[in-house]
Amino acid sequence: MASDGSNPQSRVLTGVHFMLGNYATSEGALAAGCDFFAGYPITPANEISERMSQRLPEVGGTFIQGEDELFSIYAVTGASIAGAKAMTATASAGYNHFQEGIGYAVAVEAPCVIVDVQRCRGENFATQADVMQMRWGTDGDYEIIVLAPSSIQELFEYTVRAFNLAEEYRTPVIVASETTIALMRERLDIPTAEEIEIVNRKYTDLSPDEYKPFAAPEYGVPDFAPLGEGYGTIYSINPHDEEGSIDWDPDVYERMYDRLTGKIAKNRDVICQPRSFAVDDADIVLIAYGSEVRPALDAVQMARDEGIAAGLLKLDAVWPVPEEQIKKATAKAKEVISVEMNIGKYANEIERVVAGRVPVHRCTKNRGIIHSPEEIYRSIKEVWK
Amino acid sequence: MSPKLYPRRENTRPDSLPHMFCPGCGCGQVLNYFLRACHELDVKPQDMTCIGGVGCAARIPVFLDTDALHGIHGRTLPWATGIKMTRPDMPVVVFAGDGDALSIGGNHFIHAARRNIDVTCIVVNNLNFAMTGGQVAPTTPLAATTMTTPYGSSEPPFDLCKMAETSGATYVSRWTTAHAMQAIRAIKTAMQHTGFSVVEIITGCPTHFGRYALGTGDPTKVVDWIKSAAIPKTRADKMDPEEMSEGLVVGEFVNTQRPVFYGSTIYESGDNDETS
Ligand SMILES: Cc1ncc(C[n+]2csc(CCOP(=O)(O)OP(=O)(O)O)c2C)c(N)n1
Repeated sequence: MASDGSNPQSRVLTGVHFMLGNYATSEGALAAGCDFFAGYPITPANEISERMSQRLPEVGGTFIQGEDELFSIYAVTGASIAGAKAMTATASAGYNHFQEGIGYAVAVEAPCVIVDVQRCRGENFATQADVMQMRWGTDGDYEIIVLAPSSIQELFEYTVRAFNLAEEYRTPVIVASETTIALMRERLDIPTAEEIEIVNRKYTDLSPDEYKPFAAPEYGVPDFAPLGEGYGTIYSINPHDEEGSIDWDPDVYERMYDRLTGKIAKNRDVICQPRSFAVDDADIVLIAYGSEVRPALDAVQMARDEGIAAGLLKLDAVWPVPEEQIKKATAKAKEVISVEMNIGKYANEIERVVAGRVPVHRCTKNRGIIHSPEEIYRSIKEVWK
Repeated sequence: MSPKLYPRRENTRPDSLPHMFCPGCGCGQVLNYFLRACHELDVKPQDMTCIGGVGCAARIPVFLDTDALHGIHGRTLPWATGIKMTRPDMPVVVFAGDGDALSIGGNHFIHAARRNIDVTCIVVNNLNFAMTGGQVAPTTPLAATTMTTPYGSSEPPFDLCKMAETSGATYVSRWTTAHAMQAIRAIKTAMQHTGFSVVEIITGCPTHFGRYALGTGDPTKVVDWIKSAAIPKTRADKMDPEEMSEGLVVGEFVNTQRPVFYGSTIYESGDNDETS
């Protein structure tokens, strides 16, 4: 028994903790069933690896410190194809190296979870500057799921959800962590194992003769087959048909990418579960994600205290873009403010979605420091006058 | 009488033949060696996962009746590591070009050897980058002409087997497509070996290396050149290094045992805990 009364050999450390964000990410992974982790040291993501190196062997999993991030991402996709729930974690500079492997995971539909603890170039200051890098970083066409937690509790919960979405949609899922929350400690409530929903990938019931590795309903997800049992699947990044054969028929190519992108894009309303705070009667709607949600919510309260009808749409998934939910939340608004810790990137998406119906203002801060509530409140007042 | 089928055809992927390799390309021979090794060992590619990266050699698993990973340049060994950690029971065989194993994937290669992952790595060394059109590789002999060394290569080549040995591989041998029986035997030994086993096979690439570096696109002349360049290890051991600097030593260099990789941290499960 550990000093906090929990059983260290258990995957789910049920109870109330005062926990570091990076540890909460690891605990979320373990609770979700992660049994393979590979990573390469980088601050401010190190505590994720350190925790995994300690905890994974205890629960029968494998931890590897790879020779670089390319090792990490490909070991993770290999483990995933072999049946593991696999994760890697890094901070921005390391994420550059992941990009290539993310393209592979997308193309062969290998579920995996990738954590990016965003930091400023070369320094461990706060930022959300990778929000576009996570969407558009690898070559080729694709859709991707990126979840942006805003607290220690959400680091845990969104990491669990990341595994579930990865398994359900057979896709890499990114957890967009940030220096702010990764290196912060706050309360974490870990429920019992029974209370945590776990999704596992589907394996085929068909025999090797009947099985087609990449056959799926329209915009659907194919079933897996185990390795080494005669199914003869080719997991190739090259264009492949439903049989998995490398094929350069333009129809095959188009069909493959329609499904690969459609399985995520067409399900955006289920994948994205944004939360609204006081938006129903709001004249000014703030839109924020990740740790910026915290000061944004305070700013909304300050505005309400002063009689300004402000509200907040808190995004959980930033990719795919929750288009319908953004439209709905801004339908009656007179002004929209996009709150971000970068030069103003996601604001472009919001502008695209609201399509000129309402002005989109930018409350950005690109100084390696999170917004204060007062700064955001000042933006609200400027827009209001 | 039913038509006589090639006996090892049963282990090729249905409908995948004929293969795409050029006439005289060593990849076809290595494919054949592997089928023969499986046949003689009575093991089936269906029970394994075979991995190719990108390149000509990387296509070999596509013609085998096996689960395969393919299409990424240089990451075969990280894939293999992840798979092997998850399915330690299942044999994993990598087919890598020399560029795949030693140029883009060089760092992974030395670390796979250092860790002694329980994987067989067959390096098909055609002494150049073939798929992309015959550019210089880290294995191209000094002064050889290629598409990107039009005046001859100024860079000394790697010795893959020495690198494997000093990095910690526990089985290492080099043969050529002029040494078919030895190559097959080496593949068999490697597949039965527990630990990181490396078989380097020097192969002919008449289309590129032959034409640009050797001045001939004739497959038989390319094999003749390979044969003349190969020095058996037993002979090489008695030669002075100057004399054989241009040669390719063939033979078995390492065959030893040490614990295989299972993860980065030592972990002994508490199974024999007295309290349990
Ligand atoms: C990341 C990346 N870089 C470059 C390439 C282009 N490319 C394809 S095959 C190849 C080299 C092949 O050489 P080798 O690995 O020796 O295999 P061979 O074709 O000679 O069998 C390269 C550089 C690629 N596909 N991906």
